[in-house]
Amino acid sequence: MWWEGCPSTERALSELRDALSDVGLGGEEVRMREIRTDEQAAAARFTGSPTILIEGVELMAALGRGAGDEPAALNCRVYARRDGRVSPTPDPQDLRDALRAAIDREE
Amino acid sequence: MSVDIGDPAPDFVLPDTAGEGWSLRDDGTAVTVVVFTCNHCPYALAWHDRIVDAARDYADSDVRFLAINANDAERYPRDSYEAMQARVAREGWPMPYLHDATQEVARAYGAKTTPDVFVIDAAGALRYRGAPDSDYDDPTQRAAWLRDAVDAVLAGRTPERSQTPPVGCSIKWRR
Repeated sequence: MWWEGCPSTERALSELRDALSDVGLGGEEVRMREIRTDEQAAAARFTGSPTILIEGVELMAALGRGAGDEPAALNCRVYARRDGRVSPTPDPQDLRDALRAAIDREE
Repeated sequence: MSVDIGDPAPDFVLPDTAGEGWSLRDDGTAVTVVVFTCNHCPYALAWHDRIVDAARDYADSDVRFLAINANDAERYPRDSYEAMQARVAREGWPMPYLHDATQEVARAYGAKTTPDVFVIDAAGALRYRGAPDSDYDDPTQRAAWLRDAVDAVLAGRTPERSQTPPVGCSIKWRR
């Protein structure tokens, strides 16, 4: 899910496709959903752009690090890289770990 | 509205987190760096330490840094005046953090994102506008574009790079 007010979408999509390839899911479809209004953000529990769902499970929640009580909003989402830096996109290793966790759930 | 390179930067009086008013043109400083920023944007947060380091590095020069938060705090409570006060108290900033509650200053400057950097000379003319450096994700950049502009103005030169596209979260305008 993405919002046009945040410029991170292209990078996030590229890193997600790289992560999919890395875990052997390079052929999987990535569905993009634009969030345009506060109402849509609330309904989708969208806490910022990008928000990535893998088989319906939010990426960071899948890793036990969900958005918690973060309010839904048209916003850029704050991620933490594994070295502690703030980033507008998830750590690529987090993407791979969440994808592998999804694969394990399916098996 | 917006300001072109060489144009007079709009003056303002805005309160910092202690309630003290700050004006663009009240002390004849050689260089003033105005940074539109906020509390919740990952781009602003990623660049923040580099801007803080620059403010500290130029503290003994005739340069001052003014950070301004213009985001709509009603829709984005993490950008409220109280949240700004808490952040400054927690982190100890080397520059005042000003609240543009009406968003008039951000509109007058044509600020688009957080961060959006404006470097202004002693005469009040805009000399650089844009991003702090080329990559929010690379701390080794050290706000190089901002520093280059400040150094040029201090040396009486025209900055080699006077304008770059601002990169970050859109300013959250009131509806």
